[in-house]
Amino acid sequence: MQKSKSVFKSFFIEIGELSYFAGRFFKEVFSRPFELKELLKQCYNIGNKSILLVGVTGFIIGLVLTIQTRPTLEEFGAVSWMPSMVSISIIREIGPVIIALTFAGRIASGIGAELGSMRVTEQIDAMEVSGTNPFKFLVVTRILAATLMLPILVLFGDAVALFGSYLIENTKGDVSFVLYFNKVFNALEFSDIFPAIIKTYFFGFAIGLVGCFKGYTCSKGTVGVGMAANSAVVYASMLLFVLDFIAVFVTDIFIDI
Amino acid sequence: MNQTENIFDTSKNMQDRKLMLEIVGLRKSFGDNHVLNGFNLELYEGENLVIMGKSGAGKSVMVKCLVGLMSADSGSIKVMGKDITKLNRAELDDTRTEIGFLFQGNALYDSMTIRENLEFPLRRHKAKFGTVEDTTPLIMEALESVGLAHTINLMPSELSGGMQKRIALARALILKPKIILYDEPTSGLDPITSKEIIELMRRVQKQYKTSSLIITHDVDCARVVSERMILLVDGTNYAEGTFAELASSNEEQIKAFFK
Repeated sequence: MQKSKSVFKSFFIEIGELSYFAGRFFKEVFSRPFELKELLKQCYNIGNKSILLVGVTGFIIGLVLTIQTRPTLEEFGAVSWMPSMVSISIIREIGPVIIALTFAGRIASGIGAELGSMRVTEQIDAMEVSGTNPFKFLVVTRILAATLMLPILVLFGDAVALFGSYLIENTKGDVSFVLYFNKVFNALEFSDIFPAIIKTYFFGFAIGLVGCFKGYTCSKGTVGVGMAANSAVVYASMLLFVLDFIAVFVTDIFIDI
Repeated sequence: MNQTENIFDTSKNMQDRKLMLEIVGLRKSFGDNHVLNGFNLELYEGENLVIMGKSGAGKSVMVKCLVGLMSADSGSIKVMGKDITKLNRAELDDTRTEIGFLFQGNALYDSMTIRENLEFPLRRHKAKFGTVEDTTPLIMEALESVGLAHTINLMPSELSGGMQKRIALARALILKPKIILYDEPTSGLDPITSKEIIELMRRVQKQYKTSSLIITHDVDCARVVSERMILLVDGTNYAEGTFAELASSNEEQIKAFFK
């Protein structure tokens, strides 16, 4: 009983600290000096680091989804619905969530480990002593880069997934590229794409925030760095599902899905 | 008993020098652990002051309070007359440019080249050092003063421990600070490299005319560089004097520092 109480207490303390950290981000993001050069460097690093992983993940999602669904649609004589079904499920839900999860695994742990090791080797203190605001230089730029890069990566991953699906349809059903993508674009509506893209901004923000929070507040030496990297992925992944639920709930209220 | 006053007071010959750093009644606790218990310090212009203490005596906490990385529970810290405990962020950053800090673990930015490491402290002075042409002479001067000009395009991981220490010192010197804080400058180095670093500290002090505060538990380092020493025990000044005076003391606790 006592143990569960302290677990709850530390959980809420952590939520409070994360909220304070997010508040500090919003305070610092609009104040000068803007670290544009570092932001661009982080955008390049984060995008470049993840693009291959996102491409492979998207491609496999498209292949697997099409291979698994085909027999069922064939049974009902509805194979012609394949492009519509695959595109809507990938664009609305599977693409953003799975790509965000792989992004969390790659980027949240990377940021957590990088900032954590900078913290324990006093590099963050050295920045502070040299008169540079390390929060702005390290944290604000990484959170912004993750927020801006994830939607682009999700669009790329969705496109690769649809291409993977097309390859299966072309092999098994002799469907041409033009016909497949005509059906895809006919099936998709504004209400499918817009909410899905908007939620990826929140996913990117959450991943960057949790990675930075865990790394920046890291303690306990090298063991702490490992813990920061590990818990950054776990917390970011959990937060993604919570945000996804909220996004679907809100979309359902405002847009007729 | 106030041991600082009672043992060796050599501060009289310092009185005609300008006071660069003054700590009065510094206290810092972490829960029930009282790390600093009213620590006092005066550092004069051009002086080399060594603070010696065992692990856990509060040396690193004191030096972190001194540069505003930690806030003190009470007491005042005046850097060239300005009480840093009362400064806002911008004023504190300005004051920090007068202080060079050599970290115990060097704290070189391992994702940056040596040039970028040395450029980093210049970022706050974009108006003065906005271009590569502006910064290069300063970087070269600092690197030459530590004898490592050829490493400018290398990464910190490509250098030995001693070289990293010298680069960290070059970075601490880049803004030509008036005060340099050395946190365990010889820790983790072999005896030969330690001697090189100690010699470098003396040379740099002459070249840049800095006041130095050296935190160490290395007796050889203290003997060579110190003009005056403070022994820190349980977060407070235990004894103060020159190396010769303290080393010849008959008091058991003081003798333990020099064994």
